[in-house]
Order: sequence, then C-alpha cells, then structure tokens
Amino acid sequence: MEHNTATSEISFHHAPHSDEDFKKRVRKTTILLSVITIIELGIGLSIYTIHKGENPNAFLVLLFKGVVCILTLAKAYYIVTVFMHLGDEIRNMIMTIVVPLMLFIWFIGAFLWDGNSYRTNRNTYDEHYKHQTLDKPAPSEDTLHHGFGG
Amino acid sequence: MSTTIATTKPNWWNGGKSPFNLEYGKLMMWYFLMSDAFTFGAFLISYGTVRFSSNSWPDPNHVFNAFPGAGHSNLPLAFVSLMTFILIISSVTMVLGVHAGHNGDKKGVTKWLIWTIIGGIAFLSCQAWEWTHLHEEGAWWGRNPFPNANGTVASTNFTNFFFTITGFHGFHVFSGVIINIIMLIMTQKGVFERKGHYLMIEKAGLYWHFVDLVWVFVFLCFYLI
Repeated sequence: MEHNTATSEISFHHAPHSDEDFKKRVRKTTILLSVITIIELGIGLSIYTIHKGENPNAFLVLLFKGVVCILTLAKAYYIVTVFMHLGDEIRNMIMTIVVPLMLFIWFIGAFLWDGNSYRTNRNTYDEHYKHQTLDKPAPSEDTLHHGFGG
Repeated sequence: MSTTIATTKPNWWNGGKSPFNLEYGKLMMWYFLMSDAFTFGAFLISYGTVRFSSNSWPDPNHVFNAFPGAGHSNLPLAFVSLMTFILIISSVTMVLGVHAGHNGDKKGVTKWLIWTIIGGIAFLSCQAWEWTHLHEEGAWWGRNPFPNANGTVASTNFTNFFFTITGFHGFHVFSGVIINIIMLIMTQKGVFERKGHYLMIEKAGLYWHFVDLVWVFVFLCFYLI
C-alpha cells in the first residue's frame, strides 16, 4: 500500500489497514447500522400500535422512546469513529472535538426543563390555553407529552 | 511502510509538524463540523423545548404515512426508512471512495464518488416528493392541517420546525452533492494525481458523513419519537 507523504504536516500514517481488514470493518459497520435502524423502525411501529390500541400505556411509550434515543447515539458513535475515522486520530485531537460537545448535556437538559416548566405555568395561569389544548375531546392521550419524569 | 516513527514517541510540539498529526484543512473541517453540530443541535433542541411546552403534539405516524405510488394506503415510517437507508448506503460508498483515494486508485475514487452522488440525488428526490406531498395536504410554514394526538387543534409549530430543520438538512445534502461533483471533476482532470494525494476527498468525505450523522438525529426527533 503506497502511502504518499506530500503533506509535511503529517508525521506518520495510521496503522495501515490491509484492504482485507478495511473491507471487513466497513462491512461490519454497515450491517450494524442497518440492524440498529431496523430495530428502531420496529420500535417506532410498536409505538404506533400502542397509540392505536385502547388505553395506551404511557410508561411503555416513554421507555420505547428512551431506547430509540440510546440506539441513535450508538449509530452516531459508529458513524463518527469508523466512517469518519475519528477513532484513529491522536487522543489530544479527539478531545478538542469531544470535550466541547459535552455542552450538549447541559443544553438538552436545561432547555427541555425550561419547555416543561413553561407548559406547567401556562396550564396554571392560562385557562383558555389549557381548555383549548386539553379539554376538547377525550384528554387521555395528552399524558404522553408530559415531559420530564412523565 | 511509513509507520516506523510511531514506535518512538515523537515530540509533537517541537514545531515543523502538526501536533495533531493532521493536515490543516482536515483539522479545520473537523472544527467546522463541530460548529455545525451546534447549529443543528440548537435547532433540534428548540424544537424539543417547544414540544415540551405543548400539551399535545401531532402524531408523526399519522402525518408521515404516504409512499409514492401507494395511493392512500396507510404506511407509517415506510418512506422515511427508505430515505434513511439511501443515506447510510451513500455514506458507505463514500468510505470506499476515501479508501480508494488512500491507495491512489483514481478509477476507484471515480466509481465510488459517482455512486455517492447518485445516493445524494436519490435522497434529495425523496425529500422533494415528501415536501410536495405534504404541501398538497395543506402543510407549509405557517399552515398546519394536522391535529394534535389528543384531537385538539394544533399550532403551526409542528410544520414550522419540520420544514425549517429538514430544509436546512436538505440544503446540507445539496451542498454535499455539489462538493462531491466538484471532487469528481477534479479527480477526472487528474488534479489529485498531480498533487500526489487524495486528501481533498477525505475532507469532502467528512462533510458527507456529517450529513448522514445529522439525518440520524432528524430521523429520531421528527419521525420516531
């Protein structure tokens, strides 16, 4: 495998995968991504069926949604480490990408919490809004969207 | 093999080389993608905030249940799974193209880039069909014909976020296709062959994988949850 060193900035090339190794790795990752996607679709359809049935189980729906989120993170991990080769880079470089992304932990938590508290406040102080979005038909399904902690 | 240096620990900060062992352009592509991740993240999180602040929200399985040529049959998730698989496969062909570039294999790069471009165009066509279909049903920015899951009248938040975020992602796919076409032309003209390396393909590849990565989250937020 002829690696060229036309760029002087690069001191060494990553452990050269043989073509065989590389193909195996790509095939494995492709299958993994497809299987995870199919599982996600399965869960999506289960949520659909639960919604259709009588008395949808809000906890089960929330649980399924949580599982789908985790599966999505797994997919993201494989795309970034294998397809984008971030896993092969120098640790310091990986950290300059990954550490700033930690901000998302606060970002997601704080803003969903904020949305939820706005909803609670509005339901407490805005009777018209509450009536308009909850009362008209059977209000049993709205429990599904009661955010944080259900 | 050029890996001999790896056995003795190099002093990365002596100067004259990249302390990250990366070419400048590729490193900057990574930082651009990180900032782009925050842009998409902010969009998706604001969608989450608004959704959490609503008592009820339209059910995606009732909104996205059409398939081209299937008339009025109810097929939730079917079309969007097709779109997801198209994007995953086009990501795989891109990986193969980058690998061919590593080996200086011009023919391989050309072949895989063409497949990636076809995948991108297929995805964009699917999205165009979906948008047209939703528009025909009366959905657009500022217009939402779909009721909330609990049967009450929904606000236009749902359609506004859907069209803005999938539109912004579609725009990324579109620019990715354009970049890949430029890469294909440059490969054909032998630009990279003369330079002696195909590092440019790697940078285009990073962008393309990022587009796939974002779709994974858009798919989660709009269609699955």
